[in-house]
Amino acid sequence: MITGAEIGTFLSRRRGIGRLHWSDWLTYGYLLMGVLIVLLPILWMILSSLKSPAALVENDPRALPYEQITIPAADGKSHTVFLWTRSDGVAVDVALVGVRGLNARVFEPGRPDTVFEVPRASLQRKETVAPRWDNYTEPTIGSTQSRTFNFLRYFWNSSFVTVVATLLTLIVNAMAGFALSKYRFAGRDAMALVIIATLLVPPTVILVPLFITVSKLGLLNSLWGVIIPAVATPTGVFLLRQYMLTIPDELLEAARMDAASEWKIFWRIILPLSLPALSVLAILSVMWRWNDFMWPLIVLTQSEVFTLQLGLSTFKGELNDNMHHLLAMTVLTLLPVTLVFVVLQKHITTGIANTGLK
Amino acid sequence: MSAALTWIWKALGDLIDGPLRSLQKHIGAHRMAYVFLAPNLIIFGLFSFWPMLLNFYIAFTGGQSVILAERPLIGVENFRELLACPSYLDPRTCPVAGYSFWTGLWNTLFFALVQVPIMVVVALVTALILNRNIRGRGFWRAVYFYPVMLSPVVVAVIWDWILKRRGILNALLDDMVSGWNDLARSGVWFEIGLGLILLLPLLPVTRALLARIASPHRLRLSHGLAVGLAILLSTWLARSGGLVLPDYRPVNWLIDQRAGWPMFWVIFVYTWGHLGFYMLILLAGLQAIPRDLYEAAEMDGTSRFRSFWRITLPLLMPTMVVVLVLSLIRAFQVFDEVYVLTGGGPGQATKMIIQHIYESAFIGDAKRYGIAAASSVLVAGLLMVLTLVQLLVTRRRAGG
Repeated sequence: MITGAEIGTFLSRRRGIGRLHWSDWLTYGYLLMGVLIVLLPILWMILSSLKSPAALVENDPRALPYEQITIPAADGKSHTVFLWTRSDGVAVDVALVGVRGLNARVFEPGRPDTVFEVPRASLQRKETVAPRWDNYTEPTIGSTQSRTFNFLRYFWNSSFVTVVATLLTLIVNAMAGFALSKYRFAGRDAMALVIIATLLVPPTVILVPLFITVSKLGLLNSLWGVIIPAVATPTGVFLLRQYMLTIPDELLEAARMDAASEWKIFWRIILPLSLPALSVLAILSVMWRWNDFMWPLIVLTQSEVFTLQLGLSTFKGELNDNMHHLLAMTVLTLLPVTLVFVVLQKHITTGIANTGLK
Repeated sequence: MSAALTWIWKALGDLIDGPLRSLQKHIGAHRMAYVFLAPNLIIFGLFSFWPMLLNFYIAFTGGQSVILAERPLIGVENFRELLACPSYLDPRTCPVAGYSFWTGLWNTLFFALVQVPIMVVVALVTALILNRNIRGRGFWRAVYFYPVMLSPVVVAVIWDWILKRRGILNALLDDMVSGWNDLARSGVWFEIGLGLILLLPLLPVTRALLARIASPHRLRLSHGLAVGLAILLSTWLARSGGLVLPDYRPVNWLIDQRAGWPMFWVIFVYTWGHLGFYMLILLAGLQAIPRDLYEAAEMDGTSRFRSFWRITLPLLMPTMVVVLVLSLIRAFQVFDEVYVLTGGGPGQATKMIIQHIYESAFIGDAKRYGIAAASSVLVAGLLMVLTLVQLLVTRRRAGG
């Protein structure tokens, strides 16, 4: 977790500035540049996601979401407000009625009856910072837009896949790890070899037969078709097996003396003691499943069962004039992962560094 | 809350325990190992081994049906279509499927061979810097690692938004060019500034030129000459307009193929998204090197540079090999980011081999499962060699 103290020490490094070697300057310069390259694109997308569709079409390069001020008109529409610089240099607010040649027909707010003409060149748009939260609410809780991007449905699908697949992954691989670490039986080494051999077959090269198998089982366009095929991971088995080898056998023997069944030993002793390894696998599994794209792309073709990643990519491919929704939904998609990362940063980085997996 | 969870946990365990306990009575405690292994092996078998065997079979069948019985055996026809090229270097000479296959393969090879070295070097430099005695290391490491957490689709959407023709990158470059041009046209202050900058390299040059002259005013003479030259040069450069850049014309980064920008950005974006992972592995490798080695080297008066070559690099080599092979395997399977970012375009410029497999089987009216399976067999061969190397290396590292 990024603590306040860490940011504090980072910011206050200035105090020791007199003692900084030139190589320290290079170091911090490099680090700062890298951080900008990493964070600025994400920041830019978050800022853009709050802009109005008009500002996005114009590609307004300003960071904040500016919007032109309007005042309501009699006929239910609205007039845009400009800042008019008079010939004597004084600037006043005017509302636009229409355009005639190089002139604009305007009136002063509060006196809509006295319309007069001013040169268009003397007008300047009057803008205010107005984050457009509708970008976020329309595809989520709004009713009209929900047909183009059914965020809640995709979010539910993604969450379902992630949670169920992670639970199954933990149980199934822990059971296998338990069998391979705490029992001696005929063919144990052969089975271990078989499991590790599957590492040689990346899912990307068995797409077609996997698809045919899954469709034969009737799992196409079903979330279970996404969940089940990748539940048994050789890396998970070996991660857990290595950890369970360190649990002393005496514990198991003592439990057997008390007439505990093998399943109870697994459930009540092995699983709680393997919590560190299980949490590493859980973090990895959540990351894999939430971000998974290729396999869902093949199994799920109907939009009711789309995961968030599929929804986003389809939405991106379809249209350009819904950029405001696409950006907002992308922010919502990266939000859960980001929150998890901020909270569990230490666990995630050490877990991944120790296993060499992501 | 936690009491309730514990209760649920125990209840769930007892629930499963019922049938399993009676099973244990029948087969004995020892054979329960098979029961524990069963779910795993069934899933492995059904979704890894069976498909692997099936893949070979499908590679020799034709037709467009998903039902195996309806797929006619056609021998090596699929492989012939993929491999019957007069020249592999020029995919246009191949049959249709071969064209797609070889284009994807060459693009993937190019991608992997450029992307992997760049990423490994940048990851190593970043890891070395993070391994220095710096403040807030946890913060820096977290930020560099953060993109790894993001999904490929999110990464692609972010960069697509930046790289649009009227996107922020083009706007920034335009601002920079016009800002520089305004500066270059701003007159006398620009000339003075430019003159001062030019003076820095000119001073030693004139000093060296006049070194032979034995005059008491030599130093003053050389300084004067340098100042004079600087004034002349800066006025000439500024007045001639030679420093004014041509107006910036926005580049369609992901669509304009002429300068190879799409492939550049595909490599950049992929590296942006994955660098943090390899940096983390290398950093862990660096931190495993015992500190006393460096202290001993310092006692012996070894330079930092030398201890890097003699201590750091050799001890980091096993980790480096793992990173290299792992990133190579991953690069060969690149699909998600590229598919969402460019869709393989413009034309076929960034179409990778996995996209070829995916599109042969699942896109368009003609579902050529046979071609996709045959291509998979060829790619799998390549990947297996790489993975074997990785396993051997990791084992050697683990075994010491």
